[in-house]
Amino acid sequence: MNIDLNHYLAVSGALFCLGLLGVIMRRNLIVIYMCLELMLNAANLALVALSHFNGILDGQIVVFFIITVAAAEVAVGLALIVALYRKRQTAHVEDLTAMKL
Amino acid sequence: MQDTLFYLFAALTLVCGALVILNRNPINSAMFLVLSIASMAGLFVLLHAFFLAAVQVLVYAGAVMVLFLFVIMLLDLKEEQRRKINLFGIVTGGVSVLAIGAIFWGSISGAVFPSGTARPDGDTALLGHLLFTSYALPFEILSVLLLVAMVGVILLSKRDLK
Repeated sequence: MNIDLNHYLAVSGALFCLGLLGVIMRRNLIVIYMCLELMLNAANLALVALSHFNGILDGQIVVFFIITVAAAEVAVGLALIVALYRKRQTAHVEDLTAMKL
Repeated sequence: MQDTLFYLFAALTLVCGALVILNRNPINSAMFLVLSIASMAGLFVLLHAFFLAAVQVLVYAGAVMVLFLFVIMLLDLKEEQRRKINLFGIVTGGVSVLAIGAIFWGSISGAVFPSGTARPDGDTALLGHLLFTSYALPFEILSVLLLVAMVGVILLSKRDLK
């Protein structure tokens, strides 16, 4: 059996679902952040597969941009988490309910 | 050969991705995320995206994950202790994930996709040429974004936030 676009898109979709499940289920801020990275990677895989099977390189350029933006986003997000931890001494989402009614 | 490699890398990516979620210890989660990202770089190689595979390993598995591990150890996060399970959250989360999975499955299994490449892709020289001609403006904007992120992180990590 030949591997075609469907296989890659199925892997990408499964990985995206796993990441979403992690974002919803986990309670640790840093683990939630890692699951967000997993979802970004799933999108990257879909883009690279589409670009390969259509024979155009634009998808790979977009993935390159996504990786750069993700690196910047991780730096800012982790700085936010560290600042939050300094104020509250916790990285647990259920302890961070200041905006709850 | 390629089929075997695809199944190997896909299984490794998915299993390690699942272990990221299932592990209670954040450091173990980070390590499995490194494995998952590295095997995804293998999938990129199978798709002839050699430059992106290298960038994936260097930037994600290298820089980003070191940052994660550094913060985990800086905050000295312990294993997540078991808390009262939020049933509402689990039910809504499971239902939404199942719905998205069903949408993916419906759109993938029914569609007919182009198979085979029109030209040999993955040519890094071609990629660089494209990056500096038609995508020059986004590239420059991205460099400004990196600068902004750097300044923002320095500001955020000052001791007294005003």
